[in-house]
Amino acid sequence: MQDPKDLAGALGLTRRHLLIGGAASLAIPAVAETAAPMAARAQAAAIGVPVVSNVSFEVNGKPHDLALDTRTTLLDALREHLHLNGSKKGCDHGQCGACTVIVGGRRINSCLTLAVMHQGETITTIEGLGTPDNMHPMQVAFVKHDGYQCGYCTPGQICSAVAVLDEVKAGIPSHVSADLNAPPELTDAELRERMSGNICRCGAYSNIAEAITEVAGRKA
Amino acid sequence: MRTFSYERARSPAEAAAAAMRNDGAKFIAGGTNLLDLMKLEIESPSHLIDVNHLGLDRIEPTSEGGLRIGALVRNTDLAADARVRREYGVLSRALVAGASGQLRNKATTAGNLLQRTRCPYFYDTNQPCNKRRPGSGCAAIDGFSRQHAVVGASDACIATHPSDMAVAMRALDATVETILPDGAVRSIPIADLHRLPGETPQIETTLQSGELITAVTLPKSIGGKQIYRKVRDRASYAFALVSVAAIVQPNGTGRVALGGVAHKPWRLEAAETELPRGAQVVTAKLLEGANPTRENAFKIQLAERTLGAVLAEARG
Repeated sequence: MQDPKDLAGALGLTRRHLLIGGAASLAIPAVAETAAPMAARAQAAAIGVPVVSNVSFEVNGKPHDLALDTRTTLLDALREHLHLNGSKKGCDHGQCGACTVIVGGRRINSCLTLAVMHQGETITTIEGLGTPDNMHPMQVAFVKHDGYQCGYCTPGQICSAVAVLDEVKAGIPSHVSADLNAPPELTDAELRERMSGNICRCGAYSNIAEAITEVAGRKA
Repeated sequence: MRTFSYERARSPAEAAAAAMRNDGAKFIAGGTNLLDLMKLEIESPSHLIDVNHLGLDRIEPTSEGGLRIGALVRNTDLAADARVRREYGVLSRALVAGASGQLRNKATTAGNLLQRTRCPYFYDTNQPCNKRRPGSGCAAIDGFSRQHAVVGASDACIATHPSDMAVAMRALDATVETILPDGAVRSIPIADLHRLPGETPQIETTLQSGELITAVTLPKSIGGKQIYRKVRDRASYAFALVSVAAIVQPNGTGRVALGGVAHKPWRLEAAETELPRGAQVVTAKLLEGANPTRENAFKIQLAERTLGAVLAEARG
């Protein structure tokens, strides 16, 4: 069999082409949910055969029906299958917050949850909060206060910030709340504690804090 | 990540039975720890049983005046529950001291109890680890062990249990309710849920194969000043070096459990009788027989000083 690299060279393909093509045309047989009973699917998975499962959920107001390898995270479903690549993959281990989206009104790390576990749920990504022509107030504030440098963590920061304001409104306490039984106030210390799951390697934290404070003030 | 099949269980009994039918099955709830480990192939279940839809997400009063917390109650909801905040403040405080807002929104009560150690050698699949690969050795004992256990450890493993919530639950004398694959149910005092590593650090709890946690019950509140104090390398979003969960009564008696020092929440009822005599006496008894490494010997003094600060706060 011809070395794929030689073949690629003959066809004038770059390494990048080869990688993309390779992934797309990889012919691994998969077991679909509808094609085999649970026991057969479990047996197939145990010997390394991918299992495909169906899931339906709503993203930014639009319903989607997907057939996905069970291993697909919600983040990968959003980015690779629905081409909503505003949500970013930073660490892929729930440590950086770049993948933060809002599911059923609550912020979560989309990298640490499987897409198939979100049957019937309502998901909002940065694309659903606002558009360049019609920005969400939090997006406006981030622009105004320069709440970013490279911008990679920004979609996660903004989704998180929007949810933080709702959490404070709902009276959810934080580590720095002085009194567990009093409604929390969005002081600078509260805001920083509540946003600690979103890391910014550029260190735009002070501007991020200003942006969120402005939106919180406007809401109150 | 290894391949797996997936099913959504409809009842606790069905979930437990499904676990018995499938070798290599695991329950998944919040998934925040399990998926992390599956990506690294430290965990590689061939079948996942989604237990999110079992109706175990309620917090209800018990007939004894306590609380029954469903296994699927999210950390955020448990911390924010009005009765937990009012009567079990140490639990609320421990919960908000852990993880990030995003993780607490997904992480569940049972999952928090069953989360695995964050020992870096457990996570690094190039290193020996008796917990990950029994018999391969422990890289932590002569490695970077600043975060590790100082008491109750063994020659096989010096990992700690990473939970804050479990430390508070230990101080509150919680009970873990489970269902077995044959449909039988049992109650396990939280003191008996987690094991010390001994020669088998890969076995972390006393749960049987296929056994599913359905709830955690708290006895009637004993009141007192309830405090959770966590010392860590960052102000937020980091695991404990040492933590103290304490319930202190006006006469100076009370309860103390430590986190970050052992393979399980660390509490010795015998040490608590010394509480009116102060932190030094209590800590000496609590950590008697401690065997720290050169890198984590500081935890002994840190535990004493943290408890001292907590007792001072309790006195007001």
